[in-house]
Amino acid sequence: MTTQMQTLHPSISSRLGWQRVCALKSLEVERGRAALVGSAQIALFLLADGTIRATCNRDPYCDAYVLSRGIVGSRGDVPTLSSPMHKQVFDLRTGTCLDTRGKEPARLRTWQARAVDGQVQLLWGSAS
Amino acid sequence: MSARRIVVAGAGMVAHRFAESLLARAGSDLHLTVLGEEGRHPYDRVGLSRYFDGGDPEAMTLKRSVLEDPRVHFAPADAVAGIDRAGQQVHTRSGARIDYDHLVLATGSSATRPPLDGADLPGAFVYRTLEDVRRLRDQIERAPDGRPPRAYVIGGGLLGLEAAGALQKLGAEATVAQSGDRLMSAQLDLPAGQALRRLIEQRDLAVRTGTHTARLTAGEDGSVAGIEFADGTAEPADLVVFTIGVRPRDELARAADLPCAARGGVEIDASCRTADPAISAIGEVASFAGRCVGLVAPGYAMAEVVADGLLEGEATFSGYDLSTQLKLSGVEVASFGDAFATTEGALDVVYADPVAGVHKKLVLSDDAGTLLGGMLVGDTSAYGSLRPLIGRSLGTDPAAYLLPEGGIAASGGELPDEAIVCSCAGVSAGRIRQAVHEDGCEDAAGVTACTRAGATCGSCVGTLARTVDAELVGMGRAVSTGLCEHFDLSRRQLYDAVLVSELTTFSAIIERFGSGRGCNTCKPVLASILATLAPAHVLDGENATLQDTNDHVMANMQKDGTYSVVPRMPGGEVTPEGLIVVGEIARDFALYTKLTGGQRIDLFGARLEELPMIWQRLVDAGFESGQAYGKSLRTVKSCVGKAWCRYGVLDSTAMAVRLELRYRGLRAPHKLKLGVSGCARECAEARSKDAGIIATAQGWNLYVGGNGGATPRHAQLFAEGLDDEALVRTIDRFFLYYIRTADVLQRTAPWLAALDGGIDGLREVVLEDSLGLCADLDAAMERHVAGYEDEWAATLADPEKLRRFHSFVNAPATGDPSLAYTLERGQPRPASSEERRSGKVLIAGTRLEVRR
Repeated sequence: MTTQMQTLHPSISSRLGWQRVCALKSLEVERGRAALVGSAQIALFLLADGTIRATCNRDPYCDAYVLSRGIVGSRGDVPTLSSPMHKQVFDLRTGTCLDTRGKEPARLRTWQARAVDGQVQLLWGSAS
Repeated sequence: MSARRIVVAGAGMVAHRFAESLLARAGSDLHLTVLGEEGRHPYDRVGLSRYFDGGDPEAMTLKRSVLEDPRVHFAPADAVAGIDRAGQQVHTRSGARIDYDHLVLATGSSATRPPLDGADLPGAFVYRTLEDVRRLRDQIERAPDGRPPRAYVIGGGLLGLEAAGALQKLGAEATVAQSGDRLMSAQLDLPAGQALRRLIEQRDLAVRTGTHTARLTAGEDGSVAGIEFADGTAEPADLVVFTIGVRPRDELARAADLPCAARGGVEIDASCRTADPAISAIGEVASFAGRCVGLVAPGYAMAEVVADGLLEGEATFSGYDLSTQLKLSGVEVASFGDAFATTEGALDVVYADPVAGVHKKLVLSDDAGTLLGGMLVGDTSAYGSLRPLIGRSLGTDPAAYLLPEGGIAASGGELPDEAIVCSCAGVSAGRIRQAVHEDGCEDAAGVTACTRAGATCGSCVGTLARTVDAELVGMGRAVSTGLCEHFDLSRRQLYDAVLVSELTTFSAIIERFGSGRGCNTCKPVLASILATLAPAHVLDGENATLQDTNDHVMANMQKDGTYSVVPRMPGGEVTPEGLIVVGEIARDFALYTKLTGGQRIDLFGARLEELPMIWQRLVDAGFESGQAYGKSLRTVKSCVGKAWCRYGVLDSTAMAVRLELRYRGLRAPHKLKLGVSGCARECAEARSKDAGIIATAQGWNLYVGGNGGATPRHAQLFAEGLDDEALVRTIDRFFLYYIRTADVLQRTAPWLAALDGGIDGLREVVLEDSLGLCADLDAAMERHVAGYEDEWAATLADPEKLRRFHSFVNAPATGDPSLAYTLERGQPRPASSEERRSGKVLIAGTRLEVRR
C-alpha cells in the first residue's frame, strides 16, 4: 500500500548547478543586494565572516520585493535578517521566520551560495 | 537498566522523541539502533505544509545531535524487514541482523489511496512525506503556462485543508472535496463545520461536501486530466491529492504474530507493551483501547512512557488527547477534549457570529462546573487558556471565554500546578514554574529549551509566556533594561558609553560593549547615536549597514517597496518656479502626488533606481530632498504670520524657515516635529508638536512634549517671552538633552512624563544648567549645524554610494518586475491582488527609460 509512492514519476528530477550571479566585490558586508536570476528576484547577503547567504527577495508578509534592503544581524549564533517593511526576523541560513510579529509562520526560500574566483555563485536548479 | 540493546523500527518524529528521551536519562551502557526507511534524518512532519513553498528540508530536520550520540547507530535507509521474536533479533532490508533486548515499533502509518480507477495515475498524490511534497511541488511548477493549475484535494480533514492551503499558496486553484457533510468531521459538529466552510470559501478555496469521487481520468500524456464524481459530474483537474486517512504500518507486527486490532495497529497496554514484553509500540502504529490516532502529541506521550519503562520507571499512557488545531492563514480552528459532548449529561454553551465568521462551543459537565472540551472556529485565541483547564473548573462564566472581548484574559486566576500547558511535550504549569525557580530559566525561550514546552505545535506559547512572566514577577526579578540581546546597556547608557569611549564604528562599539552582530533594534539606535556624536553621511562605510528602512536609502518606503520623496520646503515656502519643477518631476516619473500634514508635497511610487535621478532633478532646481521619514527632524509647520496676516504678531514663517534649516538632518530617538504660530490663534497647531512656538506681544512662548499620533498630547508651556536667540538656544538644549537621554523609540511626550522632576526638572537642566551639561549640549548642536550637508547631493557625487541604488546587482537599471499600478482619480496607486488577478492593471512596471 505504500510502495506506489516510491515508484511514481521516476522521470522527474531536478538539475542543479552553480550559476554565476555577480562579482564578489559588488557585495558589501551586512548590506544586502538584490539580484535577478532568470525571472527570480534573489536577495544576497555577505556576512562579516565571509559567508554568502541567498534568500528570496520577496517578503512573504507583505508581498513586496524588499528583503535585500533589510538589516542583517544575529540571534545567538544564527545570522538574521529583519524585513524593512514590518520587521519580521528570518534565519538567513534556513529562511525560517524567528519573529513573526504576531503573524502566521512563513518562511523564505533559500539557496546555497558561494564565492569562487571572486564570483558569487548560486546553486540553481532547473527541471530536466 | 536491564535492556542494553534497544532497536527502534522507524525514524519519524515519535522515534526521534523516544531516542531523545532515553538518551537523556540512560547511562553509557546503552546501544540504541534506529532503523529508518525514508533515507533522511527525522523531520517535522507536522510542519509539512508550512515548508511546502519553502523547499529547504534542512529547516524541518529535528535536532541532529540526538542521533549523533555515540551510543546510537542510525541507519536512515535500512528498514526492518522481519522480526524473530524467539531469537530477539530483527533483520533489515539490506540483510543485516541485529539482536535486541527490547524492540520499539515506531513505523507510523501510511497515507491511504482509495481503490479508484486512476488513483495511481501520474498527477495523483498522497501527502505524507517530504518526498510526496517535493513531487507535488515539481508537478505544480510544470503546470501548463498561462493559467493556474487546477488541484483537487480529496478529503476535507485537517491534512486536506492544510494541503489545499499550501497548493493555493503555490498558485493552484484548489478545491476540497469531502465525502461527509462537513469539513473536519472528526473534530467539528455540523454548525462548526459550516462556519469553517464559510471561512475557507472566503479564502477562495472551493469546497464540495457530500461528494464521492468515482474515478480519475488521464489526458493525452497519461497523467491526470480530469476527475469524475459519483453524482455523474466531471471537472478538469491537473492534479489530485488524496488526504483521506492513514493506515498503521503494522505489517511487521502481523508477520511476527503480534496481536493487532481489527481496524489495524499493534495492540498495546498502558505501558505501551505489545503482547510480547520485549516489544513495545508507539505512535501511529500502536492501537490503544482499540484505536489508532494520527496525531503526534499522543505518540510523544507513548515515547516518554516506553523510555521511562526501560529505565525502570512506572509511567503509563493515560489515553489519547485529541486536541487539534488547524493553522491556515486567515482560518483558525481548534478542537479539544470531549468536543462532541459524548459525556453523559454534558452541556453545550455556544456562541456564533456568522457575520464575523466565528463559531465557538464549550462542553461542560452536567452541573456546568467542569470544562470537558470545545470547538473554536474563526477565533482560537482562547485555546491556549482553555486546553489546560480540561477536567477543571473554568472559575468564571463560560461566556467570558467565548465572547469576542473575553478571550485570553478570561483566565481569572493562575493555572494549578498540575494543569498541562503544553500537551505535545506533556509539560504542566508546575514544571514551567520549576524551570524558572530551580533551573534558572530567564524567559519563555529558556523554558522551551529546558522543557520542550511550546516547541512542537506552538499553540501554548502565549500561555507559556504568561506563566513564565508571572513567575518571574513573583520572584521579584527586575525586568532587563538592556537594549536587546546584543547590549545589556540601555540606550542612554550606550549613548554615554559611545561619548566617553569616542568609538565611531559599529564593529568597535559592539566588540567593546556588546556581543554578536546586532539587530534591527540596536543597529538603528547606534546609527542615531553616532549621527550626533560622530557626524558623517548616513551611507558612509559601516554606517550604511546600520540604517533602518528609510534612512537605508534616504526616502520613505511604501507598501509595495517603492519610495516617496518629499522635497524640502523649509517653513512650507515654495516659489511658483519651484512648484512647477516639482510638478514636472512628478509627471515625468508618474508619481502619485499628495500634500502632507506637515505642509509639504509628497511624491509616491519612486523605484529604488529612480531615486538618484529624482534627486538630481531636485538639486538642479535648487531643492534638496527632505527627511520626511526616519527618526529625525521632519518638518517645521507654520502659519503665514506677521508678513501677511492681519492678526500676526511675529514673523512665524521666517522663524520656521530658520528652525528647519537649523535642525534638518538631526537624528533623534524618534521623529521630531515643530510648529510655529504667529499669534495666539495657533493656526500652525504648534501645541501638537514636540516643540511648539507661539508668538506673543512679549516674544516667543515655547511649549514642549506634544505629539499627535495614537496618543495625542498637548505640549506644555516651558518658557515665555523669549527673543529669537534665546528661543533657538532653548530648543537646541531641549532637543539634545532628549536625544542624549531618551529610551529607544521614545517620543518627547513620554520622555518628559518619565523625566526626573518632570517639566520643572527639565527647566533646571536646560535653563539653569543644573547638571553643568549646557556647554556640551550647545557644542553638540554647533557641530550638527556646521556639519550639515545635503545628504542626497552628497550621494549623487559618490559613485560608491550610488551603486547601492542599483535595482539589481546584475541588472542595475531593471525595475522591480513585480510592481503594478492602477489609476484612481487620475493618479496611479499600487494595484490590489484582486486587480492583479483580474488583469485590471493599467500601468505596469517601468514608466521612463532609465539612463545612467
